[in-house]
Amino acid sequence: MSGRHTITVTVNGRAYTREVAPRLLLADFLREELGLTGTHVGCEHGICGACTVLIDGDSARSCLTLAVQCDGAEVGTIEGLGRVADLGRLQQAFREHHALQCGFCTAGMLITVTDLLAKYPLASEADIREGLSGNLCRCTGYENIVRAVQDLVAAREADPA
Amino acid sequence: MKPPPFDYARPESLEEALDLLARHGDEAKLLAGGQSLMAMLNFRLLAPAILVDINRLDRLAGIEEGDGRLSIGALTRHHALETSDLVAERLPVLHAAMGHVAHLAIRNRGTVGGSLAHADPAAELPAMMCLLDATLRVAGPAGTREISVHDFFTGALETALGDDEILLGIDLPSLPPGTAWGFEEFSRRAGDFALAGVAVLVEPTGAVRLALLGVDETPVRARAAEAELARGALSDAAVGQAVEALRAEISPLDDLHAGADYRRHLAGVLTTRALAAARARLA
Repeated sequence: MSGRHTITVTVNGRAYTREVAPRLLLADFLREELGLTGTHVGCEHGICGACTVLIDGDSARSCLTLAVQCDGAEVGTIEGLGRVADLGRLQQAFREHHALQCGFCTAGMLITVTDLLAKYPLASEADIREGLSGNLCRCTGYENIVRAVQDLVAAREADPA
Repeated sequence: MKPPPFDYARPESLEEALDLLARHGDEAKLLAGGQSLMAMLNFRLLAPAILVDINRLDRLAGIEEGDGRLSIGALTRHHALETSDLVAERLPVLHAAMGHVAHLAIRNRGTVGGSLAHADPAAELPAMMCLLDATLRVAGPAGTREISVHDFFTGALETALGDDEILLGIDLPSLPPGTAWGFEEFSRRAGDFALAGVAVLVEPTGAVRLALLGVDETPVRARAAEAELARGALSDAAVGQAVEALRAEISPLDDLHAGADYRRHLAGVLTTRALAAARARLA
């Protein structure tokens, strides 16, 4: 029970087995143990949303989750959404709408939008803004992010798959 | 910051979890959704020797109806409560309140039991339990016991739960058919803790329940205001008197986010709005 724990976590479809201290945050596990630095660490107390990842398909703050809790879990990060040479659908929408400037919040935004699109109708701009309210962006003023999400909602309705 | 060092145990049964608490006493902390606890650990406001992770106790999650009540397991996630058809149909006031709880990523992990055991007076669920006259089911070394919600919240972030006890779930008595409701809260941004919030129920008999959040060290049932409203049959005059009564019976805190006077003012405004919404639903 005390000391380090051996865990196996599947990240973006690939299983990783590591020995971790109980206090290691999932965010630091991803960045420092696995080298997946696309997940950003901002406030470290669940407010800014930069470190948001998917755990078993649901968005979660990786700064409020211990790596040891994720033994056996499937974690999804920004690295799983696409690559520079092959952007995912959400990344493409953000690019088209210039929905990022410095990019610090973008990984968390994209993961949040993934979960919002899966769970909510997002029928109005107000609903989209409320959905995004747990992710802070200090560059864009949110306008272009909202437009990107509006496009994604329209595309989802045209092609529900 | 990073959390201080601690040991970690993930019991597979309630008995094992209770045994760990019995052995470690106040050196142990239960980890459920972790959405408040982990932030406090990262701030190093707490330094438990061991975290007891109860997330594998699946039997503590779920929403069931029976015996004239809705039973909600302590490990039920906020998002499950928010999207429960049973809750939306039976307790629409609770469904409405859940729409104000934090953000999706927090609601995916945060639990009903965690919110109640954490006992933040500005959180929605503690006040909703007070409104709905919840009974809390608790397990401890000597077996299980029940606690009325009205005896549960003893101060800001303080409850009647013992260090060796685990909250199993809550029972919410059914509302009489035709009960009207209102819920209003004000926060600076969507998903923030409310500066103040109000929930009301108006039963067909004319009985009124009024619960507030963010306006005292614990959630508040405004009994004097309830009496004014019942006596005055929700007339405009009765609403005015109820607002006066409740502003006298709450003790809001001054903090970074709002002053006590402002919160007291807000409590009255939100109460008037929530009652208007309930009256509209009665008609």
